[in-house]
Amino acid sequence: MANAPAPQKTMTLGEGGLALTMGGLALLTIVIAAKAYTSEYAFHAYLFSAASIAAVFAIINRYYSRPAEKPPLFIDGKPNYNMGPVKFSTVAAMIWGIAGFTVGLIIALQLAFPALNLDLPWTSFGRMRPLHTSAVIFAFGGNVLIATSFYVVQRTSRARLAGDLAPWFVVLGYNFFILIAGTGYLLGITQGKEYAEPEWYSDLWLTIVWVTYLLVFLATLWRRTEPHIYVANWFYLAFIVTIAVLHLGNNAAVPVSIFSPKSYIVWSGVQDAMVQWWYGHNAVGFFLTAGFLAIMYYFIPKRADRPVYSYRLSIIHFWSLIFLYIWAGPHHLHYTALPDWAQTLGMTFSIMLWMPSWGGMINGIMTLSGAWDKLRTDPVLRMMVVSVAFYGMSTFEGPMMSVKIVNSLSHYTDWTIGHVHSGALGWVGYISFGAIYCLVPWLWNKPLYSLKLVNWHFWLSTIGIVFYITAMWVSGILQGLMWRAYTDLGFLEYSFVETVEAMHPFYIIRALGGLLFLSGALLMAWNLWKTVNTAESAAPAGLALAPAE
Amino acid sequence: MDPTYRALAEFAQTWGLAYFVVIFAAALAYALWPSRQKQFDEAARMPLRED
Repeated sequence: MANAPAPQKTMTLGEGGLALTMGGLALLTIVIAAKAYTSEYAFHAYLFSAASIAAVFAIINRYYSRPAEKPPLFIDGKPNYNMGPVKFSTVAAMIWGIAGFTVGLIIALQLAFPALNLDLPWTSFGRMRPLHTSAVIFAFGGNVLIATSFYVVQRTSRARLAGDLAPWFVVLGYNFFILIAGTGYLLGITQGKEYAEPEWYSDLWLTIVWVTYLLVFLATLWRRTEPHIYVANWFYLAFIVTIAVLHLGNNAAVPVSIFSPKSYIVWSGVQDAMVQWWYGHNAVGFFLTAGFLAIMYYFIPKRADRPVYSYRLSIIHFWSLIFLYIWAGPHHLHYTALPDWAQTLGMTFSIMLWMPSWGGMINGIMTLSGAWDKLRTDPVLRMMVVSVAFYGMSTFEGPMMSVKIVNSLSHYTDWTIGHVHSGALGWVGYISFGAIYCLVPWLWNKPLYSLKLVNWHFWLSTIGIVFYITAMWVSGILQGLMWRAYTDLGFLEYSFVETVEAMHPFYIIRALGGLLFLSGALLMAWNLWKTVNTAESAAPAGLALAPAE
Repeated sequence: MDPTYRALAEFAQTWGLAYFVVIFAAALAYALWPSRQKQFDEAARMPLRED
């Protein structure tokens, strides 16, 4: 067939099937929109139908403009990598990142100056906070993970990404999920579960997207030409599989009606709480840790031009991390109706996590052995190494806070917020920035516009993070101590509003930290924009120092 | 105590523990087996390979 002179162009089963499915979805969602119980839900149904119709047009247009034959898997013996979806996700990550950091700054200011709630339901803190958390974790972090996983799995397998439309379905479908989730929060559609706010229909959509993601990843591994599956891919796979399981487990909800956005979970009370925090903590463990450790294991060796310090340690790191993390969730429910033994179990496994966490941190940092001087000259590498240092710091702090006696002081206070942000801004943020600073020049084959700007980004945001976490440490411990202070007569010494008032200066410092972090990210976006839109293309040596084989 | 709970707890505290010890030992053996040194040294350089 390959040597036929002019092959007949036919629509593939995937193209035709997906176009028909999307057409069907458009019809279904138009009916739902017409009969929806609430106007907010109707709006979402219309978004679904608009996106489905756009997808049908996109598939047909693509069919007419594409060549008759499928793109080859290899060109001159080299894998013909598919980097289009990677580019899309990288750009999406940067845009969502700026949006998420901005909303974070707004809600930080709302806490310091409540008038900024504007007395409108859509801009109230309660709706803006999940918008911020989901935007930074799922929109920014998720796109970074999809982009880097599709990049790394291709490069380390030396194989083209599996699927024709499937990778595009993953990146576009995932970003559509973000759009539905985010607009839903502002309109008041929520399950009210931390990191699992989207309602049943968005959850169903995400399930389809995520299973496709898993299949694309597995099929790419399947066609690898390297015999060994590189450790970063194990971490990516653990992340994808576990998130699928967590998502299904925590969203076992029954909708009131197909015309209603509201659903009810099949289990209630303390069981629901337990499942929610099994989900919630493993969203931290597998989304924000395993996935980003995969980035560490690929991008740090690559950027430092050094092999992984100990590959054996990376294997032990992997297996011990995934087996321990899954049990740590109950530490979110200390001193609640959850049985004591379950609380103690969660605490014990959290403390055991010190070992793999620090093992992994040491492995990441020691990969610089023989290349320490690069920390002085390369701010991108410095960002990634500082990120791993933050990983070590927050994974020390986390188990410590899971100890029940410490938790009795720290829980429900700003200390938790400080802890989360040392992990989120320091670890997840910096490793993502580092990876994007590497990826954009590689993908567009242009040199990075300015390392000096990266240096500015690094220092601005580092100072921002330090402002943020120190303000929250002081504020959190102060808050915890004020809540538990009794007078000689056994009355609470402070009313709640007095403890809120005491937080005010720290909230301002925190907002200042957030502003610095956001400013750094804006510099980054501008730097990347200039990188992509500067005419000269990099000498091929910029990427590949090794002689051509 | 509910007998189902006790049976489950006993199972988890004995066989569950044994299972975890065995799979951890298996992971350690896989990672530390001396003859895999060369394979892992090569794997550690996988990100550095260019095509």
